[in-house]
Amino acid sequence: MTAALVEEGALVPSAAVPRSGRSGRRGRGPTDGPPHWQIYLPLGLYLLFTLVPFYWMLLFAVRPDGSTSLLPWPATGAHFDKVWNDRSFGIFFQNSMLVGVATLVLTTVVALSGGYALARFRFKGRTAFLIALLCSQFVPGALMLVPLFQIFRHLQLINSLWSVVISETVFQLPLSVILLSGFIRGIPEALEEAAWVDGCTRLRAFFAVVLPMLRPGLVAVGSFAFVHSWNHFLFALMFLSEQDKQTIPVGLNTLIGADSVDLGALAAGGVIAAVPVVIVFAFIQKWLITGFSAGAVKG
Amino acid sequence: MAIAVAKHPVTNRRRRTRRLPYLLIAPAALLMLAFIAYPMISVLYYSLQDYNVTKPWRNGFAGMSNFTRIFTGDPRFWHSLDFSVRWVVVEIALQLVIGLALALLVNQTFVGRGLSRALVFSPWAVSGVLTTTIWMLLYNPSTGMSRYLADAGIGSYGHSVLSDPHTVFWAAVLAELWRGVPFFAILLLADLQSIPGELYEAASVDGASRLRQLFHITLPHLKDAIVLSTLLRAVWEFNNVDLLYTLTGGGPAGQTTTLPLYVANTGLDGHDFGYASALTTVAFVILLFFSVLYLRLSKFGGDRT
Repeated sequence: MTAALVEEGALVPSAAVPRSGRSGRRGRGPTDGPPHWQIYLPLGLYLLFTLVPFYWMLLFAVRPDGSTSLLPWPATGAHFDKVWNDRSFGIFFQNSMLVGVATLVLTTVVALSGGYALARFRFKGRTAFLIALLCSQFVPGALMLVPLFQIFRHLQLINSLWSVVISETVFQLPLSVILLSGFIRGIPEALEEAAWVDGCTRLRAFFAVVLPMLRPGLVAVGSFAFVHSWNHFLFALMFLSEQDKQTIPVGLNTLIGADSVDLGALAAGGVIAAVPVVIVFAFIQKWLITGFSAGAVKG
Repeated sequence: MAIAVAKHPVTNRRRRTRRLPYLLIAPAALLMLAFIAYPMISVLYYSLQDYNVTKPWRNGFAGMSNFTRIFTGDPRFWHSLDFSVRWVVVEIALQLVIGLALALLVNQTFVGRGLSRALVFSPWAVSGVLTTTIWMLLYNPSTGMSRYLADAGIGSYGHSVLSDPHTVFWAAVLAELWRGVPFFAILLLADLQSIPGELYEAASVDGASRLRQLFHITLPHLKDAIVLSTLLRAVWEFNNVDLLYTLTGGGPAGQTTTLPLYVANTGLDGHDFGYASALTTVAFVILLFFSVLYLRLSKFGGDRT
């Protein structure tokens, strides 16, 4: 039953090819909606709840020590300088970037290959593979720390960024494979077949026909993988003990756990941690909202 | 026409490429076997062992004794389970209600909609540790929000919400809410957009109020998305330890220790791998049981057209 649901895309909230020309409610005139204050008042309140915490962090990051001003000037770069150089956030940033990009590439390539197999072939064991993908979403990564630690110790990958890249990739894979197979199913197979008739090999047809149409799916899976591995904390905390191997969240945790917390440095570290994901989010947020549709692959 | 012509080469190709799907799923399957399936089996194995690297003389087969200890002699297990359930139920209920309201709100047509969406959804991309960072700055008793509120005559100076057992739960709930609501809002908004506008037009022609439209059109349409996002998020909230680990460290006095946090402490700080493995097994069975129960009770995917 579960597998059948996946087939229909019912269990895949995010597997969606953005549809053009959706007959949405866009056509509804403003006269149909509630009065303006009923929108702007709750929205304004919620925006405050969302943005004040961000503002607070920015404020502490640029405010000189000892100041109690609620405005971010006169601003100082001293906290950033301290965190980046003295507290090794420069190195952490580089490590996090390496982990993020490696996870992105590995996840996308492996998921692309698995997703294509699920979307285009009927084969023995296909259902079993699907069920395994679904079930592994219920496996708590935090509870796998001890056995994973033992495996990586055997492979001599403790204190290597690869231990984190592999763990992140593995826990990203189930969702990514399901997502990408949904996207690939949304591309008519007839297009590929036409390319085969023209003499393309399956591989060439894939690169020439499928891959270009898959861009939204690749952006989604890639950015999820990047954001998750950039944000994730436990694997890096447990597998990387040498200081010059650590990642940004581990660095933040060190600042948080210090006996007397240096709030300015902590805030500056937070801003450094936020910048890449904010950029990725700004890049994908439009797509997120239009493309997350559960219904898109049902039809 | 093109398909009819293509039929022959396609069947040939199918025959030649019978092994191809297996080659294609091999990397994903092997990675998952090695780093998910194998660790799970080893957890099952160690759950039946006494295995503690600091007490190697006691290592060996333990039978069911780890499990007996969990259920009969470990108040901390029950306490952490109790907290986990409260944490998940409160978080999910609030995130769902606020997320749904937010999705309905930004689905309206109004000036500044695109920017508002981007801004209210932005905490979605923020990590647990970064959430802790931000809320620690807000909760700080001497320089945080409460100081400025006290300046304005609200509350008192020097009150630390994170070390007061009466307030720590809601302080953590609020921080998690801040980054959790956008997940529901994004998913539900996406599903809202697939409701045909004609349904609402027909309903208003028939004189149905907006509240009736919400209960008779919107919510039934969203049902599957609500069930699915609730389940995914509940499992995620149950498993995720980033925020509580960094914000409260499970404290004060073990007050905010969730089951996974307790397991991590037992295995990594206490080095009691055998017992931690048994706890992991129990946690996994609980998760699986409630997931199946939830899907059954909600008749997920049933009576869909």
